[in-house]
Amino acid sequence: MKVRFTFLIGGMVLVAMQLAFAQTGALRLPRTVEAGSAFSIQSTGSGKATLYIVGPGQVLRRDVQLGETTSFAPGDLHNAGHYLAVLVGESSIDNGTFDVTAADQPAALSFLAKPSRLPVGLHSGISGVVYVFDTFKNLVLTPVQVSFQLSADAGGGQRQTVTTRDGVAWTKIDSGAKEAAAQFVAQAGSVSVTRVIQQVPGNPCSLRMNAHRAGQRLVLETEPVRDCGGNAVPDGTIVTFTEASSDGQATVDVPIKRGIARTEMPAYDGARVSVATGVVMGNEIRLGKE
Amino acid sequence: MKRAMNNSGQRKRRQMRTLPLIACLVFTAMSVLGSEGPVVRLAPTDSVGPRTLEKQTQTAVIRDYLEAWRSLTVAFEQNRPDLLDPNFVGTAKEKLADTILDQAKLGIQTRYRDGAHDLRLVFYSPEGLSIQLLDTVEYDVQVLDHGKLQTTQHVRARYVAVMTPTEVRWKVRIFQAQPE
Repeated sequence: MKVRFTFLIGGMVLVAMQLAFAQTGALRLPRTVEAGSAFSIQSTGSGKATLYIVGPGQVLRRDVQLGETTSFAPGDLHNAGHYLAVLVGESSIDNGTFDVTAADQPAALSFLAKPSRLPVGLHSGISGVVYVFDTFKNLVLTPVQVSFQLSADAGGGQRQTVTTRDGVAWTKIDSGAKEAAAQFVAQAGSVSVTRVIQQVPGNPCSLRMNAHRAGQRLVLETEPVRDCGGNAVPDGTIVTFTEASSDGQATVDVPIKRGIARTEMPAYDGARVSVATGVVMGNEIRLGKE
Repeated sequence: MKRAMNNSGQRKRRQMRTLPLIACLVFTAMSVLGSEGPVVRLAPTDSVGPRTLEKQTQTAVIRDYLEAWRSLTVAFEQNRPDLLDPNFVGTAKEKLADTILDQAKLGIQTRYRDGAHDLRLVFYSPEGLSIQLLDTVEYDVQVLDHGKLQTTQHVRARYVAVMTPTEVRWKVRIFQAQPE
């Protein structure tokens, strides 16, 4: 009888202790905290305890007094993520989780623009991808408006506004009509980043040459070689002159210099001379008797 | 005497029959307990864009992402930031390395055991230089202070990861949990 009574008392004490521990270990956590902002964690009970804030993004440990509010100063917890808070008292353990979110205000952009050099007039030729970050290099996951603008001194700018999804915004833009170093700007809030895109002339659009005799030689010279937008094709582009006569065929490859290609070939009566560059054929000249 | 011998023989036969069954069960249990790999589910990737995602790329990205979790687990358990090098780069690596250094200063270790990943590839950049994925991950985390286990908790969180290609593998460049 005495033994049973002792067990009953012991059991009641244990239950009472457990209830007390459950109450002692109660943690009052914020649901979410903005990265870098001040916050506090409230506990109940009495005695000393250690509070751990644990996550892959950051880890903190504080010695706390149960029943008091533990304050965290601005900047203490600045990495966005999911955190586990564990309060370890002398005879109790309690825990909970909360989230640290990135600040809504963009502070930095990671802007990748490709390619850095491309021909004019290329449809969707330029791509831009932007990841938006806050002051603490956290990816801003709330939707943010990002504007992309491509402009050159020659004018004819293009602008697109895209809303980020999961922290990223992207666009595709046509290259301009005129050759120029274009400024490709991405902007979110007050933050902007610029990349330079070199827009170069496209393939030659038409080709025309002139010829005149100089004694036994034939001087061949193209008119300025341009792309379909009227931009001069870059120097170094190869132009091929071909002369076909009763003696056979001769071919000369000439790089464009200062917008034109020029060469000399033997002047054979009745020869046919043609010119080409890339996939474009130019005019044909037939030599008569001098 | 004969009956006793018969009984003994029957028992032995029964044992012989039962032994393979027990061995099989033990082996199955060992296989289940021993298979530490997490359960991985991948949502259909048909709508990933704007760049077309090739099957090989998808396989490599998932493989390298899960490998990154493995290296994170070991690095955090042993407080060795150098173990992050093969799988993390940029901001993700810096932040995780800082956390590990803080852990070491405080005498804390954390053990992360990822049990399940629910993966969704959401963005493959036009030039092919970044892939973003969302991962609803379930893991157990143990907190040890100066070698003493303080707690073991089961956590479910949604991670955003951005991976970029390097010479031989995809590395995690952004690694951040967000509210579900």
